[in-house]
Amino acid sequence: MNYFLRKLGFYAIALWAALTLNFMIPRLLPGNPVDILLAKLQQRGGIVTAETRRAYELLLGGNSDLPLLAQYWDYIVNVFRGDLGISVTYFPAPVSEVISASLPWTIMLVGIATVLSTILGVGLGAIVGWKPGTWLDSLVPATTLLAAVPYFWLALILVYVFATTWRLFPGQGGYDVVLDPGWSLEFIGSALTYGFLPALTIVIASIGGWLLGMRNMMVSTLSEDYILTAEAKGLRNGKILRSYAARNAMLPSIAGFAISLGFVVSGSIVTEQVFSYPGIGSKLLTAVTNNDYALMQGIFLYITLAVLGANLVVDILYGFIDPRTRARS
Amino acid sequence: MTNLTPTTEPSIGDAPDQLAAVADALGEKPRSALRAMLPTLTPWLVTGLSLIGAIALFGIIGPFFVQDPTVIRNIGLSAPSADHILGTTQTGQDVFAQLAYATRGSLEIGLLVGVLATILSAFFGILGAYIGGFTDEAFSLFSNVFLVIPGLPLVIVISGFVPPQQRGLWTIAVVLAITGWAASSRVLRAQTMSIRNRDYVSAARVSGERSFRVIAVEILPNLLPVLASQFVFAVIAAILAEAGLAFLGLGASNSSTLGTMLFYAQNGFALPLGAWWWFIPPGLIIALFGTGLSLVNFSIDEIINPRLKNARLYRKRRKVAMRQRSTPRSKITPRSNTKSRSAS
Amino acid sequence: MTLTANPAAAGATPTPPPVVLTVENLTVVYEVDHPVTAVKNVSLELARGEILGLAGESGCGKTTLAYAINRLHKPPARIVSGEVTFHDKADGDLNLLTLGQEQLRLFRWDKLSMVFQGAMNALNPVITVRAQLEDVLTTHRPDMKKAERRELAASVLQLVGVDRSRLTSYAHELSGGMRQRVMIAMALLLEPQVMIMDEPTTALDVVVQREILREIVRLRDELNFAVIFITHDLPLLLEISDRIAIMLAGEIVELDTATNIYRNPQHPYTKKLLGSFPSLTGERGSFIRSGVNNSSDLS
Repeated sequence: MNYFLRKLGFYAIALWAALTLNFMIPRLLPGNPVDILLAKLQQRGGIVTAETRRAYELLLGGNSDLPLLAQYWDYIVNVFRGDLGISVTYFPAPVSEVISASLPWTIMLVGIATVLSTILGVGLGAIVGWKPGTWLDSLVPATTLLAAVPYFWLALILVYVFATTWRLFPGQGGYDVVLDPGWSLEFIGSALTYGFLPALTIVIASIGGWLLGMRNMMVSTLSEDYILTAEAKGLRNGKILRSYAARNAMLPSIAGFAISLGFVVSGSIVTEQVFSYPGIGSKLLTAVTNNDYALMQGIFLYITLAVLGANLVVDILYGFIDPRTRARS
Repeated sequence: MTNLTPTTEPSIGDAPDQLAAVADALGEKPRSALRAMLPTLTPWLVTGLSLIGAIALFGIIGPFFVQDPTVIRNIGLSAPSADHILGTTQTGQDVFAQLAYATRGSLEIGLLVGVLATILSAFFGILGAYIGGFTDEAFSLFSNVFLVIPGLPLVIVISGFVPPQQRGLWTIAVVLAITGWAASSRVLRAQTMSIRNRDYVSAARVSGERSFRVIAVEILPNLLPVLASQFVFAVIAAILAEAGLAFLGLGASNSSTLGTMLFYAQNGFALPLGAWWWFIPPGLIIALFGTGLSLVNFSIDEIINPRLKNARLYRKRRKVAMRQRSTPRSKITPRSNTKSRSAS
Repeated sequence: MTLTANPAAAGATPTPPPVVLTVENLTVVYEVDHPVTAVKNVSLELARGEILGLAGESGCGKTTLAYAINRLHKPPARIVSGEVTFHDKADGDLNLLTLGQEQLRLFRWDKLSMVFQGAMNALNPVITVRAQLEDVLTTHRPDMKKAERRELAASVLQLVGVDRSRLTSYAHELSGGMRQRVMIAMALLLEPQVMIMDEPTTALDVVVQREILREIVRLRDELNFAVIFITHDLPLLLEISDRIAIMLAGEIVELDTATNIYRNPQHPYTKKLLGSFPSLTGERGSFIRSGVNNSSDLS
């Protein structure tokens, strides 16, 4: 019980830190973001009232007469109410609406790709570690090479090969724009076709890390005494591999999976840029180009929330998988 | 991201024991400590070092031998030829020359961030673990929070708020270092704790050695392989991160790196226009450099976790044994273990 | 499986052969750059139900021998020559070195089980004690029902003096002595005919050690399995073994009953080993000064 409470406490602190960062960054950096923002807004034909200015100053800081701590408090209250401001790029849509429209795309794409990559990588890594000396050993340097490749470079080359030259898959977009978004079979089919290439690039780029980590752990685990006991007990090879070797060896991989969850949402940024995929990452970049500071802050907040939440879940899960963790805390 | 420390990970504190155990079982004399710290020269290590060496050389002295990369010509996008080994960009600039300068730029930033990040992670990781108690808890919490907050979005947000003119090399380097040190510090902390619990450190402390000396003399030398490995990771990560940033248009504004080169290539529609000579080389250099560093890291891994080394050596020995068995045994006479282990 | 038909097996109540394990001229070599012969021409016979002690210092080859008998040795160790024959109580003779993989797997633990040195790490840390006990049963006695398995696991724990509530514990939740008892319980599950124990009590304190040894002797008396007890602690063997084999540099230099070894050691190394343990009685300091046990209490 102690363990779980500690975890909750940690993530509460992390959340607070992220909120504070979000609050501080625009105020620490040079320039007056509010002026720039409002100028942009007016360019797009938006109406700027004193109210609007106040709202933005709350988010971004400015020549307000409120003391910093009061601003901070108002900011936190607003966040918990769900009020993240109005987006400049997508005026007059509120930031929360922009985010909720694009978030599912990112989660689908990168979530599925990460899970696939983990399962494949850990599985192959277990096999390579279990029986060294087969052709699978050559996977190790191959995937290491792949991990050193800049992701977007690889992605663009794959786009060039599969989309431009061979025309097997579409190279841009999340779905066929002709179709209406919805839960129809046609639309889902289209989403899958458009999502295949981006997902493939993510899997190729990240599988190496899993494979190598798992293999190294397998090699380590196989020299432990309990493996010898298992063999002496006359257990079947499959049983030893699953319940004794892999079960222990994959523990660091689970910790690593938690780490990679950080990339589920944030790593999608480059992918979405390359493939013009309508996820939350591309919105972030658009926001940066358009000085849409409110949207930037809002997206950062959501990304952080997602990462913290996922990590909390994995941490709790880990407490069940490795019984020693609970004992230690 | 999470403060999980799996107990099943090998630690460098156990490494000497494992090496000694194997040597013991085989009746060999254990190697000297220094020899045990250095990686064995495997083909992988040689390949890795050559890759790193070649590219580093290219980046350091290349710019002295190539043409001026900024000269614009009106030949436009042209394929590799005698005048331009790697062709030209859409504005007629020599790609090979650009490549040399860009490599230098990337190496600079990689090294800069690597050093900064390693110093930060060493400070928070090693010092915290050594002092223990509240300091350790505080440092650990600090680094875990940094770890769990998503890095790239944070970098983008920070870069987004800084006006483009002020995004110099140092700014980007500092931002990357600040967002990247946390993972290393967790590893260093875990390894420091495993060493700290060893008897020889306790002995040093009990005999009154000052903390500074204990760290410098007992702990740091044993952490060298881990530090080296983390530094290598940091450099790879920095170069890749910078490339990604530049590609997104958020790179260092006044310098030329492999990332900015790819940014211009992408914006100049290099691939769709078939200009592979502009797009492929920069990415390839990053990939090869990263691969070289990873290969070196494999060897460092073997030092930290001698079981990997044993696994490799067993395979080698078994091959030798199989070969010997198929050749006439006249030349090979197994020597019995008469080395004096028996009490006398 | 090389089965030599045992005429007794065809009868009504076959008498089990008096010798349960025969090792003949076994040689094990470590194939390294300078090959090392860890076990040199070792021969011994293990009588049914006897406790055979195997004594020697670290590195003399006792553990290699134990592992080789069960073919648990790992590269670079290789069995160069010799024979190991298991005389089953009903099924005749088994040549252990030529058994196929599957038959070896079936043989292990069922007829011959092992208790390893330092149960610190010999138990799987992430599954419960019950799971580790039961997977022996699911593998070797697939016809057993779940309830029967549970009951057997619980009763075998009670046999070694561990409360059955410990079934749901994990390895790290048990003390050293308890872990060792669990290992012994696990080894008893299938009622093997031979148990090889490799330094089972070395890492434990003397009080716990004595309790465990008493359990082992008691269980042997009850269930009549043979034990090869490997340790460097000769006085311990003198207490519990029927016969003792002394090993030095891969060879067995003396093999005799415990009484004879104690009273009438032949080999100089045996004599040396006997004299190397300080006595609780006798003059203080006499051991250190002369290196010989000068205790007057030599009964």
